[in-house]
Amino acid sequence: MSNKEVILSIKDLYVNFYTYAGVVKAINGVDLDIYKGEVFGLVGETGCGKSVTSRAITRLIPPPGRIERGEILYKRNSEYVDLLKLPEDEVRKIRGDEISYIFQDPTSSLDPLYTSGYQIAETMVVHDRAEWNEAWKKAVELLKETLIPDPESRVKNYPHEMSGGMRQRVVISIALSNDPKLLIADEPTTNVDVTVQAELMDLLRELQRKKGTTILLITHHMGLIAEMADRVGVMYAGNLVEISSIEELFSEPLHPYTKGLLAAVPNPLQKIDKLIPIKGTVPNLIYPPSGCRFHPRCPYAMPICKEKRPPRKEIKPGHFVECWLYVDEKERGEAKNE
Amino acid sequence: MSNKVLEAKNVKKYFPVRRFLLSKDYVKAVDGVSFYIKKGECLGLVGESGSGKTTLGRLILRLIPLTSGEIFYKGKSITKLKGDELKEFRKSAQMVFQDPYSSLDPRMTVFQTIIEGPRIHGIDIGNPEEFVIKLLETVGLKPEHLYRYPHEFSGGQKQRIAIARALAMNPEFIVLDEPTSALDVSVQASILNMLKELQAKFGLTYLFISHDLAVVKYMSHRIATMYVGRIVEVAGSEELFENPLHPYTQMLLASIPIPDPKIAKSKPKIKITGEPPSPIRLPQGCKFYPRCPYAMPICKIKEPPLINVGNNHEVACWLYE
Repeated sequence: MSNKEVILSIKDLYVNFYTYAGVVKAINGVDLDIYKGEVFGLVGETGCGKSVTSRAITRLIPPPGRIERGEILYKRNSEYVDLLKLPEDEVRKIRGDEISYIFQDPTSSLDPLYTSGYQIAETMVVHDRAEWNEAWKKAVELLKETLIPDPESRVKNYPHEMSGGMRQRVVISIALSNDPKLLIADEPTTNVDVTVQAELMDLLRELQRKKGTTILLITHHMGLIAEMADRVGVMYAGNLVEISSIEELFSEPLHPYTKGLLAAVPNPLQKIDKLIPIKGTVPNLIYPPSGCRFHPRCPYAMPICKEKRPPRKEIKPGHFVECWLYVDEKERGEAKNE
Repeated sequence: MSNKVLEAKNVKKYFPVRRFLLSKDYVKAVDGVSFYIKKGECLGLVGESGSGKTTLGRLILRLIPLTSGEIFYKGKSITKLKGDELKEFRKSAQMVFQDPYSSLDPRMTVFQTIIEGPRIHGIDIGNPEEFVIKLLETVGLKPEHLYRYPHEFSGGQKQRIAIARALAMNPEFIVLDEPTSALDVSVQASILNMLKELQAKFGLTYLFISHDLAVVKYMSHRIATMYVGRIVEVAGSEELFENPLHPYTQMLLASIPIPDPKIAKSKPKIKITGEPPSPIRLPQGCKFYPRCPYAMPICKIKEPPLINVGNNHEVACWLYE
């Protein structure tokens, strides 16, 4: 793994939301490295903080949210810059250019008042990549690349004249218009049908292979992750509890939450007599559980789980887990006495 | 015949859309669908959005009027039922909707929500509180939830309340319209397990509507695939997954992401193209032919009938004629 180049490194990230009900501790110390050219999948259930993490990368956290502390090191021109310390106008130059996003709902990420071609061209013009004339021509090419039939007339269409799958292709075109180094796809296919989902995923994979773009794919769908990702991070209640290669995550999941998640998903190829649900519900992050945030639902919970947050351990090369089960007793005892 | 709880014959539902002042077009949401559901069975209904699954579910409960066709419930036609007879039918056939956030009245407590049906139908339930508490326990909720409002519950718990409401009528038949698509996977698993247990315990018959093939397979004995208002294939759920015949079913199955990286990355790719046609301007002949990799001249002209190819496997495709 050491020969791989780290393109983005998230270090000790904390994000809180200051709501009327109280402080939501949405991201609670996330550490993550993303390598150049890989597809990194981030999975977890609603509210686990996967979207917030991805948005924090370019400081897209709206108030009342606040990035409390941490570092987001991004490799820019062979030098690492901390995106959290950069001035806002510098981050704006990176956002949509070197780091671009595909959000879940194409209907709300497109402006209904402008044509699809305008919105694609605008991205290039704003980032000084092209003049309008040229950008417009490139927009047609991009629509062709994203397999939209009849791109010459589609550039003149408004979002309401297109189907959901088509709109998401336009959003993908916008995201790709400036040849991003890192593409963040946040539940890109949750609102579309399975057949369209399969097409869009084929498309992303194809583009990734062709251009070598690094992709951070965020989804709650275990199947999608299995098909797309090289490495996976599993998030639970604001913590990144396990990081592993895709093969190992499915063959040897370590964290009890990952195991639970895998047992709860029906596999269409197998005959399943009974799915095994995870007991309990996702905690309220205004009052998160003490120690390991998963302990109230964990079948293996020990006394120490209630008291202290488990450290991250590398069990096998490249396979990390945050769970007391994988910390030897001596160390556990030391942690307890601290 | 007697073990068929529900049978639909050539059911159609057209929704009018006004284009200009005088001319009228129709959205053919359900266009000539026939099927049956046996007692104690779960029939899965899959298809993409806009294929008419939900409309069909509502039609067979008489929630919306039919354009034409006939529906039989336990051998009796319910198409023209009125007044007391219709009320009687509705007692034994219930529905659970997709989105528990909007299917529960935010201003009614759990107790009021569940008791409403039996009260309207004048069912003798003894002590109402005890009755509701017993139902809550059946669906995995606690007695202290009795006087709470929907906003105090999580999505999964809300769906449990909606299921308790359906069970309050002591139904024989329940239409489950995407009951878990608004829920997270870990919650989905517990709701699905509960539905299976309830089915075994009370001998319920289900029509399970979903776009998620993996979930449908887990729940159903038989599966019907819908494509723009028609059923294109029906088979036992194992049979359908092992031996899908209709090109559309094959395409659907090929597009499900498999939660197993070894298989997922090596599985054969079927090229998926196009999108379903607009239900207003449908192509002639087979509705799938513009997307079909095996399209033949006849597909363009004549619509294939649903034929039995053996092993209780029915398919509407000229390839098998």
